[in-house]
Amino acid sequence: MKRSTYLLAGIVGSFAFSTFALVLVPQMQLGGMQPQFAEDEGKIVDIYPIENRGIVEAGREVYISEGCVYCHSQQVRDEQNGSDLERGWGVRRTVARDYLFDSPPLLGSSRIGPDLANAGSAKWRNEPADENFGYKPAKRDEAWELLHLYNPRVIIKESNMPAYRNLFVERKISGQRSDDALDVPTKDGWEVVPTAEAKALAGYLLSLDKSHALKEVKTAAAEVVAK
Amino acid sequence: MTAVDTAPIPTTAPAPAADTAYPAAERAAIDDSARWPVLFFFGNGLLWLMLATVFGLIAAIELYSPNFLSGVPFLSYGRIWPAFTNTISFGWGSLAGLGVTIWLLARLGRVRVKFPGVLVTGAVFWQVGLTYGIIGILGGKTTGLEGLEIPTGSAVLMLLGYLLVVLWAFLLFGFRSQTTPFISVWYLIAALLWFPWSFALAHAAHLLPNVPGVVQSLVAAWASQNFLNVWLTAIGLAAAYYLIPKVINRPVHSYNLAVYGFWSFILFAGLTGAVRLSGGPIPAWVVTLSISASILLLVQIVTVTTNLVLTMRGQFHMVYHSPTIRFTFFGAIAFTVSSVIGLFASLRSVDSIVHFTQFQNGLTQLVIYSFFSMVIFGAIYYILPRLVGCEWLSSSMISLHFWGAAYGGGLLALSLLFSGLATGYTLAEPDSAARYIQILETSSPYLVGAIFGWVLIALGHLVFGLHFLLMLLRIGQPGGEPTLFVPVGEEEKH
Repeated sequence: MKRSTYLLAGIVGSFAFSTFALVLVPQMQLGGMQPQFAEDEGKIVDIYPIENRGIVEAGREVYISEGCVYCHSQQVRDEQNGSDLERGWGVRRTVARDYLFDSPPLLGSSRIGPDLANAGSAKWRNEPADENFGYKPAKRDEAWELLHLYNPRVIIKESNMPAYRNLFVERKISGQRSDDALDVPTKDGWEVVPTAEAKALAGYLLSLDKSHALKEVKTAAAEVVAK
Repeated sequence: MTAVDTAPIPTTAPAPAADTAYPAAERAAIDDSARWPVLFFFGNGLLWLMLATVFGLIAAIELYSPNFLSGVPFLSYGRIWPAFTNTISFGWGSLAGLGVTIWLLARLGRVRVKFPGVLVTGAVFWQVGLTYGIIGILGGKTTGLEGLEIPTGSAVLMLLGYLLVVLWAFLLFGFRSQTTPFISVWYLIAALLWFPWSFALAHAAHLLPNVPGVVQSLVAAWASQNFLNVWLTAIGLAAAYYLIPKVINRPVHSYNLAVYGFWSFILFAGLTGAVRLSGGPIPAWVVTLSISASILLLVQIVTVTTNLVLTMRGQFHMVYHSPTIRFTFFGAIAFTVSSVIGLFASLRSVDSIVHFTQFQNGLTQLVIYSFFSMVIFGAIYYILPRLVGCEWLSSSMISLHFWGAAYGGGLLALSLLFSGLATGYTLAEPDSAARYIQILETSSPYLVGAIFGWVLIALGHLVFGLHFLLMLLRIGQPGGEPTLFVPVGEEEKH
């Protein structure tokens, strides 16, 4: 056999092996994965995870489009890998099933801001909103998210997040002031209102919750305040 | 060359010299036939490099000062960053790399470039797809897959163009008159075959039904890692294996070392992809496999480094004289440094600290810029005079480019690596009461370093771009003797 034939065979063989090990076997292992069903007396009472629909799917599109993933991860690692649990970013590590319906999942590889895997969990939402100045919402609710998107530094003084003014419109008040208008200083007779994208994004962020118990992973007992 | 085919090879047998065995007139005819396609790839690659420099600088400033340009949606960090990674990888890296590939395959196969129109058509497809893709990313249209953001429609165009180039390359390889392929050719063939395969598969995994979320992420991580550690690395090493022996005029130190290096590379490099998701929601065995492969790659790091350094032995003064050697040898050393850092960074104990920090970006920067790009610059300094028929105008301009690229690139990579270590170690403090945002502030001095790094790089690129343009206009020194920093024989002064 000629030397170049060995060469080609070796190259093709090596990438066939690489594809087999890193693509095909993981797909065979995880391809048949289903949501977790909880049954009570023969009736399904709980399904996790569920498909992204409506405002969640629309907000996910905005999240992808604005490139939020380049600064915010959405994965919680276990105790052996970093301090995620100790920082209160989740009550358990995240696993493959959490991302079953995400195409693609927004795992992220960089944390220029905090992890958002549980940004919408009840614990996170009900936490007293931190040392903010100027505006003190009681909870991290939709109003908090929108204001934070419009001007992060109104809520967190040292925030390094850019302001997403392009998701809001400044317009003249016609008739009554809109219910959606943000509580921010603006010109007299004008108001700042969120666009549909901003509302979808806020809705998506508030839907992020990977604290649901799964049988394949241990949930930590202690609750830690996110920091 | 035929001797290696028949006789058992002693371990220290020198590898055959690349392509000095045939007459200069024939070499000139091959260069002549390669002129237009290679210039087209280089020129377009360089335009993307300029754009990537602008994007990289903007992203670095935004990282330090979040309000910078925040009113312009298409220039916000979340859009500029993927636009930067895609232009530097698929614009500069792929096009300049393919230019070098075509020229090397023709020279090393001792065969003239036929049907250059096929190559140029391929490049045009690639350019159109990539341009649409980058505009898409800036406008907010992406696949959402990190490293493969270019929308699938544009990616298909790029892939079609690429397939034309590969098809052409294999025809050329088939028609070669130099039958035993030289070391560089092994790497080039591997690079050409690997890229379309993993690129297409990553897009397919995203589109096909019944591929659960994390498998898409895994395939994308695998493809991005292959792009960097197989495709770019292979072309960079192919160029280094050609240029270093060629310029210092002695054969590669050991053929056998090269063989071990190549096969360990091709076997293990493609298995390292899952380290990018270390600690993430994927099966643990995949990550363990990738970490093992990263460790086994040590065989390649050691053999390639030894081989290239021993080839240079006694000739290190050539870095004072020859621009090609200065750039290429710098790149070869950066290959070793980045590979060793990459090996350590893949270990769980290190990864758990530096994962999610700027450390990864620093490492990528080291591979794509300090290693790959520096070698490619060296190759362009060598190849271009042979295509346009005159030598580079000014050794001071080459020198300026080198200092900008070497110091700027080094400063940028080191800033990001140290920024990552600073954040990582503060975060790892279990009883650290600081809020995340306060921890991130520990890295901000390093981010200033990154901006300075980019400014130096940009200056170097401006000089290089101008010099390249002058060469295209044939404004240079008369052909024949290469432009050197210092004539050979005057090294005592340094």
